[in-house]
Amino acid sequence: MPDVQPLVSEFVLKLKRRKVEGSHAVARQTAELLRSVVSQHRMGSTNQAAALADAIRSVGEQLISANPIVGNIVRRVLHIIKEEDISSTAVGIEGLSVTVDSDDEYDSGNDDHPTLSAAVLASHARNALRAPSLQTLLDDIPVSTALSRSASSTGDSDGKTAGDKSLKTRKLKHDVIAAIGDLIEEIDTCYDQISEQAVELIHQNEVILTLGRSRTVKEFLYAAKEKKRSFRVFVAEGSPRYQGHVLAKELVEKGVQTTVITDSAIFAMISRVNMVIVGAHAIMANGGVIAPVGMNMVALAAQKHAVPFVVVAGSHKLCPLYPHNPEVLLNELKSPSDLLDFGEFSNCMNFSTQDGTPLLNVVNPTFDYVPPKLVSLFVTDTGGHSPSYMYRLISEYYSADDLVVQRKSTS
Amino acid sequence: MDLRRPPRSTSGGVEPKIRQVGFVTPDVSAPTEPAAVGAAPAPQSGTAVGSPTASDLAPGSLSPVMIPPPLHADHLSPDSPSPAASDAILASSAPQPSSMRFDAASELGEDDSRSLAPSAGELEANKGDLAGDSASIPQKQKTSKAERRAIQEAQRAAKAAAKEAGLSGKSTGAASGANPAISKQAKLAKTSQKKDVPHAASTVGSEKKISERLPERDRKKDAPHPRMQFDDVHRVEKAKKRAIVNQSEARNRVELFRHLPQYVHGTQLPDLESKFFQLEPIHPSVYKVGLQYLSGEVSGGNGRCIAMLLAFREAIKDYSTPPNKTLSRDLTAKISSYVSFFIECRPLSISMGNAIRFLKNRIAKLPLTLSESETKVSLQTDIERFINEKIVVADQVIVSHAITKVRDDDVLLTYGSSSVVEMILNYAHELGRKFRVIVVDSRPKLEGQGLLRRLVAKGINCTYTHINAVSYIMHEVTRVFLGASSILSNGTVYSRVGTASVAMVAHAFGIPVLVCCEAYKFHERVQLDSICANELGDPDVISKVPGRADLGHLKNWADNENLQLLNLMYDATPSDYVSMIITDYGMLPPTSVPVIVREYRKEHLWV
Repeated sequence: MPDVQPLVSEFVLKLKRRKVEGSHAVARQTAELLRSVVSQHRMGSTNQAAALADAIRSVGEQLISANPIVGNIVRRVLHIIKEEDISSTAVGIEGLSVTVDSDDEYDSGNDDHPTLSAAVLASHARNALRAPSLQTLLDDIPVSTALSRSASSTGDSDGKTAGDKSLKTRKLKHDVIAAIGDLIEEIDTCYDQISEQAVELIHQNEVILTLGRSRTVKEFLYAAKEKKRSFRVFVAEGSPRYQGHVLAKELVEKGVQTTVITDSAIFAMISRVNMVIVGAHAIMANGGVIAPVGMNMVALAAQKHAVPFVVVAGSHKLCPLYPHNPEVLLNELKSPSDLLDFGEFSNCMNFSTQDGTPLLNVVNPTFDYVPPKLVSLFVTDTGGHSPSYMYRLISEYYSADDLVVQRKSTS
Repeated sequence: MDLRRPPRSTSGGVEPKIRQVGFVTPDVSAPTEPAAVGAAPAPQSGTAVGSPTASDLAPGSLSPVMIPPPLHADHLSPDSPSPAASDAILASSAPQPSSMRFDAASELGEDDSRSLAPSAGELEANKGDLAGDSASIPQKQKTSKAERRAIQEAQRAAKAAAKEAGLSGKSTGAASGANPAISKQAKLAKTSQKKDVPHAASTVGSEKKISERLPERDRKKDAPHPRMQFDDVHRVEKAKKRAIVNQSEARNRVELFRHLPQYVHGTQLPDLESKFFQLEPIHPSVYKVGLQYLSGEVSGGNGRCIAMLLAFREAIKDYSTPPNKTLSRDLTAKISSYVSFFIECRPLSISMGNAIRFLKNRIAKLPLTLSESETKVSLQTDIERFINEKIVVADQVIVSHAITKVRDDDVLLTYGSSSVVEMILNYAHELGRKFRVIVVDSRPKLEGQGLLRRLVAKGINCTYTHINAVSYIMHEVTRVFLGASSILSNGTVYSRVGTASVAMVAHAFGIPVLVCCEAYKFHERVQLDSICANELGDPDVISKVPGRADLGHLKNWADNENLQLLNLMYDATPSDYVSMIITDYGMLPPTSVPVIVREYRKEHLWV
């Protein structure tokens, strides 16, 4: 672990200083970092999966405070570890039963162990692969310790499988690294899969509205343009970052008719818009969206004019957390200098007020929360979904006990 | 009673009182003649429920939420013929001095057959010839228009830019009920739109044709006249020929807004400045105000209106009637030419349009027996009184109503910079109420910063943010105060772009939205969205973000035909987002605006 620490610290610093921006870049670099953590982790003979998970958790704790996307990736990796471990032990169960059979004469004294351990293994494997339910919650033997116990028992009881054991060790690490590589690839290719669905949603002579700049939306519109659909785009600037200007320039280069409007004109123009397509920063478990600031206003205006509000996002943005008070807790306040120059108001401010409270506050939030009832459709790389369905996808990617990423005490 | 609300006795505001709903005959000093005239049936037929309960306001005055029934002055002009028409409200306003003036005006108005006082009597009785002609007017018009235009062309060739259009002997008419910008449309309603109608600059010529028919049309068609639509190429060409300011059409115009004028902004101001000493038909103070509009120095509905009226006052002071011309017609023509100049500088706001209507009407109703100097003095005092009563005093009344809605520990949100809202906040602060203000601002004008500066200098606790963050900040807000450029007859609030978004978000959070607007800004037009009528600003300011040199992505936007920038100035807020409108007539729901426009039009604009 000491050799990965400088890498981790450097990455944390980059996140905090926002040198890494954009969900794609953040996700990718997080995954790569975790992959290097895994590869450099010295696998012990026992408790491999648990130890590995622990290592990831300790790194994840440091990263998550910077970014919810990071948290998603950390939880994905933890889930991957668990899955790989389960699948390898599932293979091992068959292997075990084989070895049990073959070593009948040897392990006559211990023949209850292998079978017991196999049975325990099997039941726990079943538990782990099942979606979290009341039964699993009431089984208070955590999976990792059960796994470790069973692993140790198999390790202790059968010296013959020592060779297999080291093979299994390397295999687990190898599998996990391969799976993380798959995750990275998935992050990279999510745009293609989302963009394939563009043709089904955009027909001829559409007018589309978007706010700010999302790379997913850009690829989405490019794909529609490739298929020779004629449509027009209204791009709202998206103050205070004004990324809408960049998106407008990119769209115009591809020959899309683009009009740049100010954010205040969104309500005025939305009556003439057919569809609103936006990107998201994160999708929460209830189907709500954490999006760049101003998106809630757009969603309300779209609802008033019965315009569909479509959110395009890769599945790595799906977050298993439920948003409680998202405007405050899941938000970041940036520097006021984006809105007001520092020296501008110093002459009219009276700093000698009795109670010391400043007369002038400037608020510059980064994110906005859009409740699920305002979203018409989510377009992800797994297809189109309605907001009420998003929670089902969580069980596919995440495990229940990873919701709070904390370093567990070593058992 | 909602237990979560703080007890009202601790607030500095007004205690809730029992209000009487419906039309009540007040026992006030304001004249309340019973409707012998049989007009305006609804208010009069309403039973007099009794005097309004005592309120904090001056005893005997109306509670703010009631609209008093329109007041009829049938004590005036006993010889006013056939008062049976529906709105024979000749002079019914509360202020006594004006009623006396109206007495004089109406009596003399009867004599002046050419006056445009849209009274019932004139219409029914004296205009027999008019009634007879109404069917044949189109034909009559065609011939006279053609010959008149021939005269005009000849004269125009001889003269300089501004027209003293040939007076062909038809009586003049102030275009009653028509903005100068739209007055040329006055005849279009009757005649076909395909005719070559001269542009606003020669409005006077067209106005003469329609003078006698205007009262009748006023009667029958209360619909406002359609405005000039700029996607008609032919008409735009004609307009350009008469223009004083050389305008070049902007490139990369947004298709959706082809019907609105958009000119390149950079060249207008220097061009106009260079002509300062050459254009002698335009009075220098009018010229100055036009330049101020172009440069953006004077902005805001009240500010622009007051500047315009003061410029007109100066122009009237220096005016002298040319020989062989009557003062009223000539002065009206001059005013129209000034107005068209203003339009070229910047399209008129609705408040300005109403003020121009008022002024032209006053000129038209001038008694003929006054000498020129007396006329000029009376017009100047009229203008001053309009400004005083309709703007200054109206603002004070609005503030006194609105202050009842500001309680201690309130968090008030306002958008942009509205003069009335600023007055309310200042007054509340002077009274010692404890509240804080959230100023929401937006690009490209960033008007909120000016308001913020003034409020902070007064010591009010302020928060500043941009319009995208309005969902974030709305959790803290208790009331939203907004200003308006105008309120239309379907209750739509026509105001600075972005107001609609703020009102929508406030409505979604269940926060009351109060719009403060003087009554002279109401208009009988209706509008459903922000696209049919709007003003387009300079698109270049969108591409440039001050202070952020790194955002030069759209630097050469005009080169690319696929890229357009849109800078809207106004938007229309639907009436269901507005909880209450505070005017000098009291505090009304948005549905009462057409009532004010209709019942009080005669009174509140002195039309």
